[in-house]
Amino acid sequence: MAENINSLHVPQVGLPRVALYVTCLVDLFRPVVGFAAMKLLQEAGCEVSVPLTQTCCGQPAYNSGDRQAAQELAIEVIKNFESFDYVVAPSGSCAGMLKTHYPELLKDTDQYERAISFADKVFELTSFLVDKCGLQSVDRGFAGRITYHDACAGLRELNVKQQPRALLNSLRGLELSELSDGEACCGFGGMFCVKYPEISDAMVSKKCANIEAANTQMLLGGDMGCLMNMAGKLSRDGSSIEVRHVAEILAGMSDEPPIAGMKGPKQGKQK
Amino acid sequence: MKSTAGSFKENAQDALKNQRLQKSLKVLGRGFVEKRAKARAALPEFDELCQQGQAIKTHTLKHLDLYLEVYEKQLVASGGHLHLAHTAADACEQILQICRDKNARLITKGKSMVAEEIGLNDHLEEAGLRVLETDLGEYIIQLRNEPPSHIVAPAVHVGADQVEADFRRVHKELPAGRDLSDPAALVFEARNMLRSEFINADIGITGANFLIAQTGSSVIVTNEGNGDLTQSLAPVHIVITSIDKLVPTLNDTSTLVRVLARSATGQSITTYTTFSTGPRRSQDLDGPQEYHVVLLDNGRTEQLAGEFSEALRCIRCGACMNHCPVYQSIGGHAYGWVYPGPIGAVLTPSFLGLDEAADLPNASSLCGRCEQVCPMGIKLPDLMRKWREKHHQGGGLPVLVRSSLTAWVIVAKRPRLYQFMTGIVMPLLAKLAGCKRNFRWLPLATGWTNSRDLPAPSGKTFMSLLKKHQREGRL
Repeated sequence: MAENINSLHVPQVGLPRVALYVTCLVDLFRPVVGFAAMKLLQEAGCEVSVPLTQTCCGQPAYNSGDRQAAQELAIEVIKNFESFDYVVAPSGSCAGMLKTHYPELLKDTDQYERAISFADKVFELTSFLVDKCGLQSVDRGFAGRITYHDACAGLRELNVKQQPRALLNSLRGLELSELSDGEACCGFGGMFCVKYPEISDAMVSKKCANIEAANTQMLLGGDMGCLMNMAGKLSRDGSSIEVRHVAEILAGMSDEPPIAGMKGPKQGKQK
Repeated sequence: MKSTAGSFKENAQDALKNQRLQKSLKVLGRGFVEKRAKARAALPEFDELCQQGQAIKTHTLKHLDLYLEVYEKQLVASGGHLHLAHTAADACEQILQICRDKNARLITKGKSMVAEEIGLNDHLEEAGLRVLETDLGEYIIQLRNEPPSHIVAPAVHVGADQVEADFRRVHKELPAGRDLSDPAALVFEARNMLRSEFINADIGITGANFLIAQTGSSVIVTNEGNGDLTQSLAPVHIVITSIDKLVPTLNDTSTLVRVLARSATGQSITTYTTFSTGPRRSQDLDGPQEYHVVLLDNGRTEQLAGEFSEALRCIRCGACMNHCPVYQSIGGHAYGWVYPGPIGAVLTPSFLGLDEAADLPNASSLCGRCEQVCPMGIKLPDLMRKWREKHHQGGGLPVLVRSSLTAWVIVAKRPRLYQFMTGIVMPLLAKLAGCKRNFRWLPLATGWTNSRDLPAPSGKTFMSLLKKHQREGRL
């Protein structure tokens, strides 16, 4: 993996300084996504740093109504990341929290102005690569049919929809098949899925039926929470569809077994 | 209306198991969503109209006192009577009083959600009056003794075969061998049953989609014409509505009507858009002899001054529930009160309190689709989150959720502790899961594992791996 991250300690003058907000789910469950994000950012000409004091963006507390805890965590994140030119997360949900919800969360405090200028620097990974770095294609191949799930926060808070598709469609051999009712929530919703498991299950069941109907080998998405939810359901249903984070495929790092799955017969071929 | 919002979880579970309901919901989810999308695509200025509509509502609510005064003046000048009702009970009593003054026995009713809110039918029936719903959907659920499950399509949960059975059960005087297999036959039969009732009614009660300050008029938008027959054939017309329906001018109304129909049913305009201004004038050919407006507050003034005021912009189009994955899964009855779906999740706690309705704003994945389609730009997820804050402040969170959240926050605020602990736990979990790489069951995570596998961590955390690479000089 060394070749992916070795520019970390070689500060390159003039390059945009990007801090990777790795997100707790990537940190804890699927580190390969973090390394893939670093690789993509470096290839796009960024100097990437990973502030080591990061933990959680506070979204579980925020959405559970614990405003004070969420504020405290938000201030920590801002403090650790605001000195960089950009803050990039391989998640629309966490990036949305940092970008759109921190200002709301801190609006009645003396940290509001700080939250506003911080918010300007925050991006979801694929939208940063396309919209900010001007990346139009990735020089790799992937032979296989995939479908893509638009996670709600990225889609509706950050307008992430075309960017991952533009990059995926540039991969040689990749064929993208769209999901029916693709903008519907997968039923994850953070703690929602364990607080109201039956409703969440009804939602993810519908989503998985649409995933199966897309008739592809692989489901990709930009958010670990949603991917774990859908992968868990597909796995329970005995589906053979592989679930992966979009960054893994874009960075050519699909050696890791898929989410919730064993390393089965290779689905799609990375070139 | 009696609430069952307090047993939301049980209601939802029942709804998910109800195969009939699930079948109806499948059809609904598709129909309304596609129709709205088509209507929006066909009108390039739709989004702009919505913004104009929002501005109209925001402005009116900000100056509600002023517009109420103008409205009252115009209403009285046109010969109408205004009754201000502070509470639901006041409104019921005022309407009953008008009915008594007129010695009324038969009341026909157009569809009105405010009437549901105040429990009007029960109140009038308890006083010995006969109340007949004339909107087809409302007529059906009245026969079934059920509340509406949708604010636009009240009987959306009922299948055509169920309606047929209800009609055969209730319309006993009709030939038993008649063919009711076609929905058109059901409509025809309801229509025939209702005709004479419209003419015999002593009082017609309708709601209002808008009240116009400029002219003192009330407006209803309908597709069946029953509202028009209700309000113009009975000698007395009572409008039961609430203060948030006020708009300044006819032009404003036109803007909002264009937005409402498209958002609700995907129509460019509903079949009937009816303006009522006072009772019949001497030169008019028809219309009621008396025109009363019962204007309900029921906590809205208080809401206007608080942090949920933007919810008062709602024009009751139902787009939020049509697009809501939770509503699509459980239907309207599970929400337990008058207003279901995302707008209900925001309004119901205002009306009933959090003790009764805390589940409603919590039972959302906050996916944001409701806000996206709301023509009035109501930030429904933010408002649901505000209720969650109040719920949390009031100590309402379940112990397990609260304690695990607190533990998470304590650790998350201490990066070194966090990394130490996760550095041990995640590889352990990975080992525990073994080569299957997922858990079919995990204590404390049964909410997840009852219906899906829990993906196991890959092994070491990203932070451990990163530090390892750094130590090894690989960075």
